[in-house]
Amino acid sequence: MSKAVVDLPPKGGFSFDLCRRNDMLAKKGVNPPSFRKTGTTIVGLIFQDGVILGADTRATEGPIVCDKNCEKIHYMAPNIYCCGAGTAADTEAVTDMVSSQLQLHRYHTGRESRVVTALTLLKRHLFSYQGHVQAALVLGGVDVTGPHLHTIYPHGSTDTLPYATMGSGSLAAMAVFESKYKEGLTRDEGIQLVAEAICSGIFNDLGSGSNVDICVITKGHKDYLRNHLLPNPRTYISEKGYPFPKKIEVLLTKITPLKEKVEIIEAGDAMEE
Amino acid sequence: MSIFEYNGSALIAMVGKNCFAIASDRRLGVQLQTIATDFQRIYKVHDKLFLGLSGLATDAQTLYQRLVFRHKLYQLREERDMKPETFASLVSALLYEKRFGPYFCQPVIAGLGDGDKPFICTMDSIGAKELAKDFVVAGTASESLYGACESMFKPDMEAEELFETVSQALLSSVDRDCLSGWGGHVYVVTPTEIRERILKGRMD
Amino acid sequence: MTKQQANWSPYDNNGGSCVAIAGRDYCVVAADTRMSTGYSILTRDYSKISKLADKAVLASSGFQADIKALQKHLAARHLIYQHQHNKQMSCPAMAQLLSNTLYYKRFFPYYAFNVLGGLDNEGKGCVFTYDAVGSYERVGYSAQGSGSTLIMPFLDNQLKSPSPLLLPAQDAVTPLSELEAVDLVKTVFVSATERDIYTGDKVEIVILNAEGERREFMDLRKD
Repeated sequence: MSKAVVDLPPKGGFSFDLCRRNDMLAKKGVNPPSFRKTGTTIVGLIFQDGVILGADTRATEGPIVCDKNCEKIHYMAPNIYCCGAGTAADTEAVTDMVSSQLQLHRYHTGRESRVVTALTLLKRHLFSYQGHVQAALVLGGVDVTGPHLHTIYPHGSTDTLPYATMGSGSLAAMAVFESKYKEGLTRDEGIQLVAEAICSGIFNDLGSGSNVDICVITKGHKDYLRNHLLPNPRTYISEKGYPFPKKIEVLLTKITPLKEKVEIIEAGDAMEE
Repeated sequence: MSIFEYNGSALIAMVGKNCFAIASDRRLGVQLQTIATDFQRIYKVHDKLFLGLSGLATDAQTLYQRLVFRHKLYQLREERDMKPETFASLVSALLYEKRFGPYFCQPVIAGLGDGDKPFICTMDSIGAKELAKDFVVAGTASESLYGACESMFKPDMEAEELFETVSQALLSSVDRDCLSGWGGHVYVVTPTEIRERILKGRMD
Repeated sequence: MTKQQANWSPYDNNGGSCVAIAGRDYCVVAADTRMSTGYSILTRDYSKISKLADKAVLASSGFQADIKALQKHLAARHLIYQHQHNKQMSCPAMAQLLSNTLYYKRFFPYYAFNVLGGLDNEGKGCVFTYDAVGSYERVGYSAQGSGSTLIMPFLDNQLKSPSPLLLPAQDAVTPLSELEAVDLVKTVFVSATERDIYTGDKVEIVILNAEGERREFMDLRKD
C-alpha cells in the first residue's frame, strides 16, 4: 500500500510492471525496440606470467555506430577484469553487480578475490535468467592459484581455456590465435598477439571497429592499456571548413543568469568574546 | 512500426569550450498526424543539468516525474545538486530495472560537472550508458543527426558558434525526417548563464 | 506433410553509398568501394560506378547481382542506340531509359538504388535520382544507399536548392566550384564512414566536365 504512494528506492531486482502493457502493444503490431549491442571482438590469452585481455571499442545499433570509443574491458576486482559482448546494458550491469559482490566478499574475508568466485557469480546470474540477460563474457585474472581465463556464454555455460575469443568478430580473432598461439609467450609477444587478433576482428568484422584496448594482469600488478592502438583515424579533414550558407532564424531568446554559489566559510572566533 | 516512432522526436547534445548545448524539435505527433507544435522534450533538472527524453511521450513524462522525485530526495538528503555523472547513473539504474519491460524512451543527459566541465551522455531504452566527448543524438531523426553532426562538429567551440552549429545540425536533420520538426528548442549553458532559444523551422 | 515456408530471399543487401552533385559546367559522381553482406566484407575494392555513355555516369548501391545485370542491360541498350543513331546517348535520355528499365520489372524489381550524373545537352551538370522501381527526378544533388540518411542532411545544409515549384523555374545546379564540390564529397564520405558500418575502404570520385572525365580515389576507414 505505502509502496504505491511513495516511490522509494526499491530493494533491487528487476521490475516487471510494464511487461503487460508492452505485450499488449506488441500484440497490436508494434515492434519491440532494438537495444544497443556491442557487436564485438573480445579476446583473452594466458602468457608466461599472467593473463592478457583485449577488446575493440565500437558499439552499434543496427548498421549505425553509436559509440566509436567505448570501454568493453570491465573492472571486476583489482586482480580480475572481464570483457563483455552482447547487449551493452546487460554486460555493463552484470559486471557491475558481480564486482560489487566481490568487493563485499573481500571486506568480509579480507582476502584477494579469486577468479572462480567471479566466474561462479556470473554464471549463476546468467543461468537464472535462462539466456535473457544477453551477456557473453571473457573473464581473466590472476589470483592465489595462478592465472585463469574463462569464457561465459549468455545461458550460463562456461569454458576454461588458454586462449579465448567472443563476439561477432570471434572467428576472425580465433583464426589468428589458432595459427600463432603457443604456450609460454612473453609479455610483449602476448600483447602483440592480442592486438593482432583484435585488429583482425576490427578490420574483417563490420560489427567491430575503432581502437584496441588491452589489459595485462600479472601477479600483484595490472596494466590497463586504454587505446593501445588507434588504427582508424579520420582520413580527411577539409582545411577550409564549412560555413553555414543560411543563418538560423530565432523566434525567442531567454537568457537566465546563473547565481554564483556563495561558499560560506565559518569564521570561527568572530562571535566569541 | 517501432514504438519509438509513435510520437517522433529529435534530440541532440553537443560539447563546446566550457559549455554545452542541448536541443530538441518541437513536434508531438501520433504517427503521421501532428498533435502539438510546442512540445517540451527537454527538462531542466537543476541550473546546470538538463535531460532530454526521446521516444514514447507518455513514458518520457512518467520517467521524468520519477527522476525529479528521486533528484528532490537527493537534494533533501545531501543538501546539494546532483552531479551529471551521478544523475546519469540514476537514469541508467531506473531504466535497467525495467530490463524486461522497458520504458520506450532514449534519454540524453547534458550538464556541467565539477569545475564546470561539460558532460554529455545518452542511453538506449534499457540504460546502456554512452559517454561521448563530442556529441550525442537520439530520436527518430538520429541517423540524420549523426551524419550532420559528424560533418559539422568542431572541437572547442564558443557558446555562440556552438549554438549555430547545433541549430543547423538539428534543423537540417529534422527536415529529412517526417516524424520530427516544427522548429527547435535550444539551450546553451555556460558557467554563468543559460541561453534558451526557440528556432523557426519548416512547418510541414 | 507440414507446411513449407520459403525462407529464402532472392535479394541481398551489399551496402555502400553513392553521391552525385551537379554544377554549372561539371558533375561529380562518387561511391565507396566496399561490398559487404551481413557483418562481413566481401571485397574492399569493388567499383559501384559505371560509365554508361560519354556524358552519363551511373552509381548504384543495393544488391550487387542486380546492379551488374542492370548495368549490362543498359550497356546493351546503349550499344543498340549507337548503331541506330550513330551517336552517344545524352544524359537525360539515359535517365529516361534507366527509369523505363527499372519500371519494366515493377513486380520483381532490381534491388538497386541509383544516382545518374552527367552533362546535359547544354553542357550543364545534371543529376537524376531514382527509387528501385523507376520513379525519378532531376535534382541538383543526391545521395543513395546505406549512408544516404547520414549524408543527405549535410548536403541540404550546404547546397539547398530552390524549390522546383518556383516560377520562373530556377536552376537546380549548385553554386560551388568543381574543387569545392570534390572537397564536399570527400567530407560527406568520411563522415558517413565514421557512423555507417557498410560504407568504407575507399571512395571513388568521377568528375565529368567539358574537358572529359577525371577519376580520383581517397582512402576511408577500413574497419
